[in-house]
Amino acid sequence: MIPATFSYHRPKSVQEAVALLGELGENGRALAGGHSLIPMMKLRLASPGNLVDLAGISELRGVRADGSDHVIGAMTTQHELIASNLLTEKIPLLRETALQIADPQVRYLGTLGGNVANGDPGNDMPAVMMCLGASYNVTSKSGERRIAAREFYQGAYVTALATGEVLTAVRIPTPAAAHGWAYEKLKRKVGDYATAAAAVMLTMKGGRVESCSIGLTNVADTPLWAQEAAKILTGSTLDAPTIKKAVAAAEAITSPASDARGPAEYRTKMAGVMLARALDRAKSRARG
Amino acid sequence: MAKSQIELKVNGKSVEALVEPRTLLIHFLREQLSLTGPHIGCETSHCGACTVDLDGKSVKSCTIFAVQANGADIRTIEGVANVDGTLHAIQEGFREMHGLQCGFCTPGMIMRAYRLLQENKNPSEEEIRFGISGNLCRCTGYQNIVKAIQFAAAKLNGVPFQEAAE
Repeated sequence: MIPATFSYHRPKSVQEAVALLGELGENGRALAGGHSLIPMMKLRLASPGNLVDLAGISELRGVRADGSDHVIGAMTTQHELIASNLLTEKIPLLRETALQIADPQVRYLGTLGGNVANGDPGNDMPAVMMCLGASYNVTSKSGERRIAAREFYQGAYVTALATGEVLTAVRIPTPAAAHGWAYEKLKRKVGDYATAAAAVMLTMKGGRVESCSIGLTNVADTPLWAQEAAKILTGSTLDAPTIKKAVAAAEAITSPASDARGPAEYRTKMAGVMLARALDRAKSRARG
Repeated sequence: MAKSQIELKVNGKSVEALVEPRTLLIHFLREQLSLTGPHIGCETSHCGACTVDLDGKSVKSCTIFAVQANGADIRTIEGVANVDGTLHAIQEGFREMHGLQCGFCTPGMIMRAYRLLQENKNPSEEEIRFGISGNLCRCTGYQNIVKAIQFAAAKLNGVPFQEAAE
């Protein structure tokens, strides 16, 4: 499996990268960790004439706190996310999710930016970013803009990212210290995409849900933000009848494909099961 | 298509070469450098038979272009044995614990274990299984591979290896 020919570019700065991508237009493609793009190129499902490798741009790496947010450079790898003490303490949902992505070799090279920008409904981080209320910093030669994760995904491999734009960083509002979190993923084997998965973040006050946000992975053409389900849970004690109602509301917004991971009905039900488990674990971790 | 000049270190030796940008690292290693230890298994980033060590990371060399490895420091199974020619502790572990049958996955397994044991000098059985979860073996059922890595960890730590009761 040999990809089609292409020209390779390795810019040293974001400015240089966006100038190149702007000039190349549809004929250029940014390369991050390459663990989605290179397999697609080998299958000739993608054959960009030019690859603009972002690996040489040091400003795209690293994690920092910025006021009430945390900002993660797009080229930060899953391995680096897992190893980050800062993120493990402040946004532990990221580590829990990253550990369930692919396998060690893929996590050494696979990046957060690539995972969220590619628009593959099987990727795990997009639903987590919706759950966390993250936004993406996007740069092109005409300037910078910020896009909310909840407004970024339009279809399978179709996102709000325009030709010539590079996603440079992910900005996540730091959750309350006492929050509970969980990412529950059903997969057939290590390295598989989710049959269904659910991300939950919540805060509790006096035994009741004070706030709640839910993301669902791989049960539609895009990741899903399950707003209605979260609304049902807010104010509740996470009692069984309320959870049942919320699970039904979450299942109602899914529209998975029937594929090797199972028939659509099964995958919808598994999204519900993953949500119930994630709620249970998030509750056990929440303080307050 | 114009070729790119790359310079890198492979098993401690400096290498300069011209590569087509689309040349995958595994093909560069096997065909241009005649390092046929890294194997081509699935070619789809699943099996880990092509695993090599690149700048302190285990990578699947079928899923990275040689041109991306410009400037990198790479180690393959050919560069693992001790300088005096004796086997590395991990190689010895695979021999002593019968960590292979057909041997196809072994170069990738050893290269992955090589990095794993540098990041975690005393891994539990569970950590070993999680750590090698990107490497498939269709013969052994993994039991003896896990033992081989435990053997190597013990040897590298200078403690006697004790096989867990089954």
